[in-house]
Amino acid sequence: MRPVAISVDAPDVSRDLRQKAGYTYTFLSDPKAEVIRRYDLLHAGGGINGQDIARPAEFLLDASGVVRWVNLTEDYRVRARPEQMIEAAKALP
Amino acid sequence: MTERRRNWHVWAGFLLCLAGFASFPLFARFPVTRDVPWVNFLLFSAGLALLLVGLRRAFGQPEQYRGKIAGSILGILSLLVLGAFCFIVFYQTRQLPASGGAPRIGQTAPEFVLPDTDNHPVSLSALLSSPLSQTRTPPKGVLLVFYRGYW
Repeated sequence: MRPVAISVDAPDVSRDLRQKAGYTYTFLSDPKAEVIRRYDLLHAGGGINGQDIARPAEFLLDASGVVRWVNLTEDYRVRARPEQMIEAAKALP
Repeated sequence: MTERRRNWHVWAGFLLCLAGFASFPLFARFPVTRDVPWVNFLLFSAGLALLLVGLRRAFGQPEQYRGKIAGSILGILSLLVLGAFCFIVFYQTRQLPASGGAPRIGQTAPEFVLPDTDNHPVSLSALLSSPLSQTRTPPKGVLLVFYRGYW
């Protein structure tokens, strides 16, 4: 399974976060929130300075790109736990 | 008349309530203390208990203890701080869009191309089909994690 993180952060901001936290997976930047909008995940004005940002959301896709598992939290404090996502990934064909 | 004793309970209780609020960014870093902010509520409970003891002393034994006015003010302030905390964790963080149009189970995730941290464009189809470095085979799946961003 390949994890991919997506946010409105610019590539260099994500690069800093990735290096600081020691993450090795792919980080993608969607500064204009185009893909975030396409996925209907825009939290308009949700940023700390009122920026348009993504709501937290996790999608597990199978090898053909079909959604197999989704987590749309009702509270942005509460995100999917790694164990949950690994468990969901185990069910992939 | 003898000097009345300082009512430290009300002050300690108020400080604990402030700590309960101010320490949230710290405990929010760990899912165990973020999903349900129990450490913060523990601090609030300890603070309010101390305040209650202090207020009982101030009003029950006014000839021995000070703190009627200070204790009342600190008690009200503490309740306001707790109220603000509850407002944030039970209301504000739940103000999220409905996302009714988000891809559902069984649907194909919309294709996209976005720059990675080296500014190279990466497409969803490439993420699905390019081999993983460990196994040299394409992944069994892709986990898209949308996050709010790092400020």
